[in-house]
Amino acid sequence: MEYVAVIGLEVHLHLKTKTKAFCGCSTEFGSQPNTQVCPVCLGFPGSLPVLNKKAFDYAIKTGLALNCKVQNFTKFDRKNYFYPDLPKNYQISQYDLPLATKGYLDIEVEGKIKRIGITRVHMEEDAGKLIHKENCSLVDFNRAGVPLLEIVSEPDINSPLEAYEYLSTLKSILEYLEVSDCDMEKGSLRCDANVSIRPKGETTLGTKTELKNMNSFKGVRDALDYEIKRQSEALNRNEKISQETRLWDAKTMVSVPMRTKEGAQDYRYFPEPDLPPFLVSDEQILGLKNEIPELPTEKMLRFIKEYGLSEYDAKVLTSDKKFAYITEERIKKYPSANKKPVVNWSIGPVLETAAASKMEPADLIIPGGDDEFIKLIKLAEDGQISNLVAKSVFNESLKANKLATQIIREKNLFQISDESSLEKLADEVIKGNPGPVQDFKSGKTNAIMFLVGQLMKKSGGKANPKVVQDVLRRRLTDV
Amino acid sequence: MEIYKLTSHELSVKLNEKAFTHTDVVAAIESRIKSIDPKVKAYVRFNGFAGQNELPAGIPVSIKDNICTKGVLTECCSKILQGFNPPYNATVIDKLSGAGFMALPVKTNMDEFAFGSSTENSCFGRTNNPWDTDCVPGGSSGGSAAAVAADEAIMALGSDTGGSIRQPASFCGVVGMKPTYGRVSRYGLIAFASSLDQIGPITKDTRDSAILLNAISGYDPLDSTSVNAEVPDYTKSLTGDIKGIKVGIPKEYFVSGIDPEIKNIIEEAVNKLRAIGAANKEVSLPHTEYAVPVYYIIATAEASSNLARFDGVQYGWRSNGPEGLIDLYKRTREEGFGEEAKRRIILGTFALSHGYYDAYYLRALKVRTLIKNDFDNVFKEFDCIVTPTSPTAAFKAGEKTTDPLKMYLSDIFTISANLAGIPAISIPCGFTKAGLPVGLQILAKPFDEGLLLRIAHAYEQNTPWHKMRPEI
Repeated sequence: MEYVAVIGLEVHLHLKTKTKAFCGCSTEFGSQPNTQVCPVCLGFPGSLPVLNKKAFDYAIKTGLALNCKVQNFTKFDRKNYFYPDLPKNYQISQYDLPLATKGYLDIEVEGKIKRIGITRVHMEEDAGKLIHKENCSLVDFNRAGVPLLEIVSEPDINSPLEAYEYLSTLKSILEYLEVSDCDMEKGSLRCDANVSIRPKGETTLGTKTELKNMNSFKGVRDALDYEIKRQSEALNRNEKISQETRLWDAKTMVSVPMRTKEGAQDYRYFPEPDLPPFLVSDEQILGLKNEIPELPTEKMLRFIKEYGLSEYDAKVLTSDKKFAYITEERIKKYPSANKKPVVNWSIGPVLETAAASKMEPADLIIPGGDDEFIKLIKLAEDGQISNLVAKSVFNESLKANKLATQIIREKNLFQISDESSLEKLADEVIKGNPGPVQDFKSGKTNAIMFLVGQLMKKSGGKANPKVVQDVLRRRLTDV
Repeated sequence: MEIYKLTSHELSVKLNEKAFTHTDVVAAIESRIKSIDPKVKAYVRFNGFAGQNELPAGIPVSIKDNICTKGVLTECCSKILQGFNPPYNATVIDKLSGAGFMALPVKTNMDEFAFGSSTENSCFGRTNNPWDTDCVPGGSSGGSAAAVAADEAIMALGSDTGGSIRQPASFCGVVGMKPTYGRVSRYGLIAFASSLDQIGPITKDTRDSAILLNAISGYDPLDSTSVNAEVPDYTKSLTGDIKGIKVGIPKEYFVSGIDPEIKNIIEEAVNKLRAIGAANKEVSLPHTEYAVPVYYIIATAEASSNLARFDGVQYGWRSNGPEGLIDLYKRTREEGFGEEAKRRIILGTFALSHGYYDAYYLRALKVRTLIKNDFDNVFKEFDCIVTPTSPTAAFKAGEKTTDPLKMYLSDIFTISANLAGIPAISIPCGFTKAGLPVGLQILAKPFDEGLLLRIAHAYEQNTPWHKMRPEI
């Protein structure tokens, strides 16, 4: 039977504030255990929370960027449960009046735009971290109180690929907003997925399971793939799906049911009496809205319009905010009307080199900066050096931390476009390769490419391939 | 002259005159505690002040065991906080030292976590009423009130969640004030019920109440529920003039359960107020009968969550050799909390539970609003409301310990002020035939502490009650 998957994602992300949600402690990642703590985030008796205004603003901005209605009246609630990583044995969270609701996110899957509803966006505090040793468990409270944002999607996602696109799009927006690092490996973004399946054509929802412990977007996609397959096979065997939480193991690519708690957890939510409700005025919301930068989709559409880029190129260039910014600077500086060479270079060598050296593309240091980079592209575009040469010069320049133009000069890499010297070489090649010459003459015109290659080799890669082709063609038909 | 008998304003004069030094004051209090406290038991963990680091100069203030003082054990008179030595001061403690006072490095007894009306629920044992040591001093700030009454303290801080300053002040014949919710920072006050708790002064007279309130009031960026409003100089309110003040007498406070003797004393006090210029009239606070049930839902609900942190993980009592995490929680809390704390945690947990929340907690919040509206309506026409502080004078120790409901009703007249967030003061207004003090409660609208002090002071000027001290 054919099934349709129904998926809802719950994303938790760390807000990138300097200090914690309700105290002045640092949020820095990776410090010595329990060095970023105070009576408030340790939940010492008598201590009281004070809301971090910056975190609250970040949360509102995110809500706005996700097309949510930001509420004018919002409050915090206590979620009560006992766990040693939770210093007060309750978490300050938001229950019935989250700060933003009813938004959406447009994602693109296989060339089609799909709108995914956002149920709610709310702020809460993170818990500490347990470190289990052989004979004991230790608690590190550095993370306790770090501001978290929870973004809950509607169950509008119907495939693992859509889930992956949703997360990528969300991440790109959050990075543009500069509210979160969205680093799943560092735990600054966590994602749980609820998934159920139903036979195609039916509307009744199946029993859902919750998937946890995925530590990459790919992990989310794999876990969903596995789970949909598992549920389909179970239903095909007439087995029932049990409502449970399952933990994904990225190594074995299998999820296993988590030990179920006895009965349903009752969190006994009630309004946090230590924090009065917050009134958010329309002016405040408008002010924050004005602070939202151009978001990826807007930027992409503008790139297409302003620089005549293809949708694909524009999308690749705008997925990372910093990279989009520096690339646009380069496009603007590029001295000819056709911007395509800069785009090709950015998507090609720059991204490839960054990926190979595991760097953010915006962090790639080009000796001599944008000016050298643009000169190099322009030399290649004008045919003064070949593209092949240009690429190797680019790589060498980065490796040796040397100006590209200097390398070209020192190695005398300017392209040979002079026809008379190329004619001499062409004759040599024609003489030395009678077979392919015969092929060409008998109508296999593609054989010329082999001869071009031979000529390029003879010239030490410096010949201008376009001119070479012309010259060869002429000599072959003349002779 | 016996230094310990003086008020802070009397002490200030003498200190200025260099009649004696701050050290003399502390020494006088120390020796008074040594000689009297074995009978009263107002203080806990008292070992004298010798061996303490040199104490800063300042008029000494005695502090309830639920207000954190840096480096001084603060245990809420509960075994579960055994050994808890706060690494920080409550905001009020810092404010005291900034205003020429000094928090004594010893704490006063209280009902465990402020759960009680008799100071019998303390892990250190009960405090005795200095007027009759067979009687309770009231609670939960019974240690602070008894210490002030027995001249073992110049002045003291207590906390009031449902009457915990006013009722013991009434039982001990001293002045106790619960300020408006938000007037005084709660930072460093170990929470019982966050939406009801306020710290306030317990003093020998109203001038000291004004002086101490001046010192501790004001907005605190560490407490989001503290109110950013100007703090007047409360001593300027003590004009002695209350001509034309309109006093409302709520009829609901003079019906069920009130001791006829108390009723007469209060009526005399009202007559006195009228005699010195006030006008009084009967008013109605129709939702009064719901105050106790509403309070015991909201206060226990908040307490159940506030006390969740006492789990043996970070500080305080931890059970020995638990078998796993759940057992650590269970045994630590079983061993660490007293009966009344357990009762309230269970009550509050129940009130917040799924399926009961709407019927109890949410309903209670709504009725709380009605109770507040009752006061708002009366204060449209009246400047203040006058009631007894408690339906009875101090009762015998052990009399109500077996009947929690009876004990809860001891706060019937004080609870509403906490639910409404309004300020209220209890002042001595007479004695029963048994020689036990009776308190008069005055309530006013939010941030009208000045008016409360003005009325209380004018009354005090015309009565001898505040000068009475127990023979002990």
